[in-house]
Amino acid sequence: MSLLSKKSKTVLTDPLMNNNPITFQVLGICSALAVTVKVDTAVIMTVALVFVLTMSNTIISLLRKLIPARVRIIIMLSIIASLVILTDQVLKAYMYDMSKQLSVFVGLIITNCIVMGRAEAFAMQNKPGKAFWDGLGNGLGYGLILIAVSIFREILGSGTLYGFQIIPTALYESGYVNNGLMVLSPGAFIILGLIIWVQRTITNVEED
Amino acid sequence: MQQSNTYTLLFTAVVTIILGFMLSLAATALKERQDLNVAIDIKKNILRSLGFSESDSEPWTQEAVIDIFERNIDSFVVDDNGNKIPDLSVDNIIETDQYPVYCNHIPGGGIDGYALPISGKGLWSTLYGYIALESDGITVKGITFYKHGETPGLGAEVEKEWFTSNFVGKRIVDDNGKLVSIQIIKGKVDEDSPDAYHQVDGISGATMTSKGLNAFLMSDLKKYEPFLQRIRREGSS
Repeated sequence: MSLLSKKSKTVLTDPLMNNNPITFQVLGICSALAVTVKVDTAVIMTVALVFVLTMSNTIISLLRKLIPARVRIIIMLSIIASLVILTDQVLKAYMYDMSKQLSVFVGLIITNCIVMGRAEAFAMQNKPGKAFWDGLGNGLGYGLILIAVSIFREILGSGTLYGFQIIPTALYESGYVNNGLMVLSPGAFIILGLIIWVQRTITNVEED
Repeated sequence: MQQSNTYTLLFTAVVTIILGFMLSLAATALKERQDLNVAIDIKKNILRSLGFSESDSEPWTQEAVIDIFERNIDSFVVDDNGNKIPDLSVDNIIETDQYPVYCNHIPGGGIDGYALPISGKGLWSTLYGYIALESDGITVKGITFYKHGETPGLGAEVEKEWFTSNFVGKRIVDDNGKLVSIQIIKGKVDEDSPDAYHQVDGISGATMTSKGLNAFLMSDLKKYEPFLQRIRREGSS
């Protein structure tokens, strides 16, 4: 016996791999480059996005029969924007340093194509339950890639993982230096490109 | 299905009111905590500009910041002529010609540096920070920025250590004692240039932020110049 029906499970797990929002749908790249220098910022960003995406999908799905078709985009945007501002306010109150590091990128969740895309493509056509799992799945799919990229960038760029020293000091003494490229956005591009390549090879997708 | 205009307007209004109400509720409820965070962050920046540093493995807790600040930092207010205004706390400044000064007192007497608030327009936003001078009133001890809305990766680099560390050791007056402020130039500073003593490396892609920074550093230091001249005189005599 499983907690979820088979359909909900597909809705949840599909975006983790086969239909990943970043590597397959290629949405949300901007923040994937910006907040992945360190693992801890990537984790907080993931939590923020999962919250916003799950909530917005559920709320919009609940209202889907009431939202006037002509103004649906702006209604979706106001709901998403409100959730994002709420997240930002909570971060500012309880994790001030983190919110400073994430700077504008929490606010930019509003314009993250994943959120808008899932609202328009999925939440408007599906029941709240399914929309909830879709939001969670896509949020986690996004986070998975974000954290994967940040693990590579933090180890190679700063020699640490989640703030702990990984590269032994002896290695530094014998002349090893951190890779400066990994701290910069182009480093994220390269890692992301490699991840997309590996992932598409495994799932065997062909570009149309 | 095409809904009527009345329905569309009504629906939009109701959604807006509900969302607006929720957000203002959240903002009011969290305001106190956020204000506290901001106040502590400012203290942290004053400490940092004066050369206090936290270790990576043991970052300062909020209590530690308050504790270090209270043990080491004195503050007073100076006026346009560089005179200390007695009995006026930095928290109660109302006039625009009253300027706060934070100084780090060394145990056993003496001052180790002065932190002065700086703020002004960059490209998109007003930047806020502190510049700290050594007790000679000439040499820069440190500079920090704690609030701005510049472009991440470009103008926002002003708060990064690679940029701020360039200011340390630069001098804000020339050999004749005239205020020249610190100048951010395009590209790298030529160490052999006679002006190198008050120039720092620029940030590529952030020309407007640097220009703004140059302008308000000069105007803010000018406000403190009478006070700083007094320190310089006292230091040399």
